[in-house]
Amino acid sequence: MPYTADKPQSAPSSDELRARIPGWGADLDPKDRPSFPRERFDPGATGAHWDFPERQEEKVPRERSIEHRFLTPVFGTSAPLHGKSGEIRRYAYGFSEARAAHWLLLLAADRVDAIESHLRSFLTLRPDNPITETGVLSEFTHHGIRSRIGRKRADTSHTWIDPILVAGPWLIAGTIAYSLFSGRKK
Amino acid sequence: MRAMVYRGPYKVRIEEKDIPPIEHPNDAIVRVELAAICGSDLHLYHGMMPDTRVGTTFGHEFIGVVEEVGSSVQNLTRGDRVMVPFNVYCGSCFFCARGLYSNCHNVNPNATAVGGIYGYSHTCGGYDGGQAEYVRVPFADVGPTIIPDWMDDEDAVLLTDATATGYFGAQLGDIAEGDTVVVFGAGPVGLMAAKSSWLMGAGRVIVIDHLEYRLEKARSFAHAETFNFAEYDDIVVEMKKATDYLGADVVIDAVGAEADGNFLQHVSAAKFKLQGGSPIALNWAIDSVRKGGTVSVVGAYGPMFSAVKFGDALNKGLTLRMNQAPVKRQWPRLFEHIQNGYLKPSDIVTHRIPLEHIAEGYHIFSAKLDDCIKPLIVPNSAA
Repeated sequence: MPYTADKPQSAPSSDELRARIPGWGADLDPKDRPSFPRERFDPGATGAHWDFPERQEEKVPRERSIEHRFLTPVFGTSAPLHGKSGEIRRYAYGFSEARAAHWLLLLAADRVDAIESHLRSFLTLRPDNPITETGVLSEFTHHGIRSRIGRKRADTSHTWIDPILVAGPWLIAGTIAYSLFSGRKK
Repeated sequence: MRAMVYRGPYKVRIEEKDIPPIEHPNDAIVRVELAAICGSDLHLYHGMMPDTRVGTTFGHEFIGVVEEVGSSVQNLTRGDRVMVPFNVYCGSCFFCARGLYSNCHNVNPNATAVGGIYGYSHTCGGYDGGQAEYVRVPFADVGPTIIPDWMDDEDAVLLTDATATGYFGAQLGDIAEGDTVVVFGAGPVGLMAAKSSWLMGAGRVIVIDHLEYRLEKARSFAHAETFNFAEYDDIVVEMKKATDYLGADVVIDAVGAEADGNFLQHVSAAKFKLQGGSPIALNWAIDSVRKGGTVSVVGAYGPMFSAVKFGDALNKGLTLRMNQAPVKRQWPRLFEHIQNGYLKPSDIVTHRIPLEHIAEGYHIFSAKLDDCIKPLIVPNSAA
C-alpha cells in the first residue's frame, strides 16, 4: 500500500522472471541502452559526409513554415500546391505552427482538395469509386460481422458515423446536383 | 509504376505513377520488396493529419533493393538490399549530430516541430512513401542499412518502425528492475513495448486494450497480464487495484490519436478533427501511473491541441517523455536481441496483402476485421 513506506511486492523475483521470460534483463542497466543519454553528440556516427547538405533543386516554388529561416536543403515533391486547396494552403503557411489558424486552414484545404479531386476525376476515364476505394467490400470477405458481434469492442459505439462521413458528402452533392437539374427542367 | 494513392478520407486506390527520379546527389531509388501499413497510417487515412494531399503515396515501413544512386552516394550500390528507417534525416544538423534523428531540421520545410517521415503528409515533409513499387530515399548514406543475410525480411520491415518504436517507448519509461509497467494499446507498437519492457527488467507488464484477440497476443507474444477496458467501468481504478493502490511505476501510451473508450473524446478528435488527437489513453496513463512516475508517449498525435489532463500530471510530479523513435539508433541492439532469440517481430504479422488490394488492406486494418494486428503489403505478389 502507498500508505506506508514500503513498496507493494506484487512482482515475481528477478530470478523467476529470468527463467520464464526470454531475454529478461538483457538491457537492465539504464546507462547501457541505445537512447541513453537522449542527446549524445557524435556527428561522425551518422554516415553524413558534409557539414551542410547540397541543396536540392527547387523546380517549383515550395511552401515552407515561416519558422524556418530558409527552405530546407532537401524536401519532398509529392503533391505540389494546385487549385483552390493550394491557395488555402499557401495562405495557411503565412501563419506559424504555433497558430491554430495554420492547422485549421490546412485541414480545411484537405477537405477542399478531396472535393476538387473527386470532381476532377469525373472528367477522366477513371472516376473515383467510393465502393472500391474504401475497400468496404472486405466487410463481406473478411468476417465483418464476426469481427464485431459479441466482441465487447469499444469502437462499435461510433462505427455508425463512418458511413455518414464517407457517403454524406456524396449524397449532399448528388442532392444538390439533382435539385439544380430538376429546377432547370421546370 | 504502381503505387497506393490517397484519394481523400477513407479512400485509397492503386494508380500508375512515374518512377521517382534522383532529386539530390545523395538520393537512392529503392525498388520496394515488402512494405507495411502502420497504425499511424490510419490517422492519414482517416483525414486527421493536416496537409495530407490527394495524390500522396503513404508508407513509412518498407525494405527493398537499391535500383539507382545519386552521384554523392558512397555507402550503397545498385543491387544492395536495404531496410529504411521511417525517419528521413540528414545526419548533420544540430539535432542529428546529437542522435535525435527523428527531429532532423534539414528535411522538412513544412514544419519545424516534426522531422521528415516517408509518406506521412506534407506536415512531415511531403515525401512519397513505400506502399509502391519504387520510392525515393533521401540521404542514402545516412538512413538505409543493408539487410544482414541472417535476417528474415518480415523482421526487417518491422524493424523500420513498429519494433524500434516499441523498444524506444520502453526506454523512454526509464524502467528500473522490478518496476510495474502498464502499456496502453496492444497494437504492433504496444506489443513491442511490452516485450521490450521485460528486456529492461520490468517486474510486471500489464497491457490494456479493448480487442480481445490483441490481448490474447499480448499474453502469448509479450507474456503480459491483460485487461480489456471495455469490461470495466473505470480502467484507472482497476490499475490502482492491480497495484495495491500505488499506481504503475511506468505507463506507456502506445495508442495515440484515435484512442477509444470515451465517446466524446474519440468522436471530437477522430471523426470531427477538433483535436490533434483523442487523448483518452494519455489521460488514462497520467491517472494510472503512480505519483513521481514516468509516462512514455510513443502513440502518434497530430500537431493541433488535445484535451490532456495536464493538471494531474503536474500535481502528481510526473515525468512525461516522448518522441518519434530515432530508429537507426536502436538497430544494433535490436539486431542482437533478434539473433539471441529474445525478439521475433514477425510473430505479430497477421496479413500479407498484395499491393493491388491496398484499399481492402486499409479497411481491414482500420475496422479491425479478421483479427488483424499487422498487415504487410507485397508490391509484386505475383512475381
